[in-house]
Amino acid sequence: MQAVIEARELTKSFGSFIAANKLTFDVMPGEIFGFLGANGAGKTTAMRMLCGLSIPTSGEARIAGFDVYTQTEKIKQNIGYMSQKFSLYEDLTVKENIRFYGGIYGLKIPQIKKKTDELLHELQLTQEADKLVRELPLGWKQKLSFSVALVHDPKIVFLDEPTGGVDPITRRQFWDLIYYATSKGITVFVTTHYMDEAEYCNRVSIMVDGVIEALDKPSVLKQKFNVDSMEEVFYLLARKAKRSE
Amino acid sequence: MWIVWKRYFIYWPEKQNVASNVKQLFIFIQKEFKHVFRDRKTLLMLFGMPTTQIILFGFALTNEIKNSEVAVLDAAKTELSQSIIQTIDASTYFDVRYHIQNTKQAETLFQKGKIKAVVVIPVEFKEAAFAQQPNDIQLITDASDPNVSTTIRNYLTTILNSFFAEKNKQAASMQIVPEVRMLYNPELKGAFNFVPGVISLVLMLVCTMMSSVSIVREKEMGTMEILLVSPFKPLYIIISKLAPYFLISIFNLVFILVLSVTLLGLSIKGSVLLLVLASALFIITSLAIGLLISTTAKSQQNAMMISLLGMMLPTMLLTGFMFPIENMPLGLQMLSNIVPSRWFFIIIKNVMLKGLGFMHVWKEMGILTLMAFLLLVVSIRKFKIRLQE
Repeated sequence: MQAVIEARELTKSFGSFIAANKLTFDVMPGEIFGFLGANGAGKTTAMRMLCGLSIPTSGEARIAGFDVYTQTEKIKQNIGYMSQKFSLYEDLTVKENIRFYGGIYGLKIPQIKKKTDELLHELQLTQEADKLVRELPLGWKQKLSFSVALVHDPKIVFLDEPTGGVDPITRRQFWDLIYYATSKGITVFVTTHYMDEAEYCNRVSIMVDGVIEALDKPSVLKQKFNVDSMEEVFYLLARKAKRSE
Repeated sequence: MWIVWKRYFIYWPEKQNVASNVKQLFIFIQKEFKHVFRDRKTLLMLFGMPTTQIILFGFALTNEIKNSEVAVLDAAKTELSQSIIQTIDASTYFDVRYHIQNTKQAETLFQKGKIKAVVVIPVEFKEAAFAQQPNDIQLITDASDPNVSTTIRNYLTTILNSFFAEKNKQAASMQIVPEVRMLYNPELKGAFNFVPGVISLVLMLVCTMMSSVSIVREKEMGTMEILLVSPFKPLYIIISKLAPYFLISIFNLVFILVLSVTLLGLSIKGSVLLLVLASALFIITSLAIGLLISTTAKSQQNAMMISLLGMMLPTMLLTGFMFPIENMPLGLQMLSNIVPSRWFFIIIKNVMLKGLGFMHVWKEMGILTLMAFLLLVVSIRKFKIRLQE
């Protein structure tokens, strides 16, 4: 099977500071790939390169088969993105948000209408369609934000600490949505600080000081380091870090 | 180099068609309008600011003299002196409130701040029955505010001069009496000078503030990230940010003009089209400044502070509507050249008050065009560089 994310020695440096150093990994279609690392380990830099937001210093990467140097426009068409901040417009209604994001992804008006009905139904938000996003509870905003990131049926969705500041029950529900998305063949690339979430991933990589120190299934990693939880694996690796923030 | 070349040539046909780009822009612009109309603060800024400024500058902050209270000391008590006093009282500038008997009383009135000037008609005025010289009359003014004092003196002298000129005409005097005409603003209304200034000030502030704040807000909310990850191009983000505010600012301009015509009784002498055209140029310049601010501002408050404080003072001081630029030190005069509102103020004054055509403002319009162009290029570049990081 062809990987949807292929990174080969992907490097980004700012002057003499190497933020991401020779990252090499593959992510398979339909996989949930956890991208872990302490603050300042280089996660965000790596993610920005994969999203086509910043041009790598060296190395190669293909996202959904498109080159990160020359085909950023194609990449953008094929990925979705959601960050901790939920990225919805608080002063627009649920419907208007969906319409706007559908619009900037170039969906046609009938497509947007169809998508809106689908999403509202799936999220059981039909009643709230004309409410301002501001008035929704946090958990709903988060789900809506995730669905909006998928409005253009991307192959891959990048989630940057999507569950920051959310209670455990809502987090659990959010992961149900993630599983549902992968069941439809979408690949999920997720960064998180919660180690219980790391356990939900098919495979995780742990970045320390710009380098990927470990990459495997959570069960294999636990075995390798001879510990019971991902929390301990992360701790063993991350404490070696020399740089912070 | 190779990558750039490839981007422009090889991938050219793969770019989306124009129609869908236009639709994307339309949806984005629609969204911007919703932001504006749903935010009471923005609306207040848009319509409250011009209204209060027009009222403030038009009525309260004028440097003209209206109904100044004066006292007269008529020692002559002749028919002539009486009619002089009546003439002064009849003018809209002065109101003869007190008839006093000695200069001592004048002193008290001045100290209490009751009067601005005293007109003294001496006893000798009686003897000089042929007194045709206004010089024989003494004017005492309160010079604690030198500007007001000078203005009052000028007004009073003018009134007296014309009074004697009238008398002399009857006496067929050979004296040369200059007939003064105040061009373009015959009634010497302060508002005539202030309105073009207020238009420049308000447009400048509203444009820079709206555009910078609206972009910084997206950064703060995290929505900017999503826009950048989407296939929507950065240049389009800029266009769809500036286009709505351009339209709103044009509307705002019309609003200010209507206010000035209805509230302040101003009439637009020149071509309205030229006025709107020049304003459009100035609006684009201001929006570009806002864009530039948004690339450096960290938060909405930050953007607001920079646009308000950073723009308000130079615009007020260096535009020329409050203090004449010719009287400034050379350094400030040079500095005023880079203030866009300075040029816009000249255009708008020439077109609105003097009714001059394009031939008389093309130089200023050229300067504004150049400024708009440079600012746009710099801010778009800076905007894109920031995104690359």
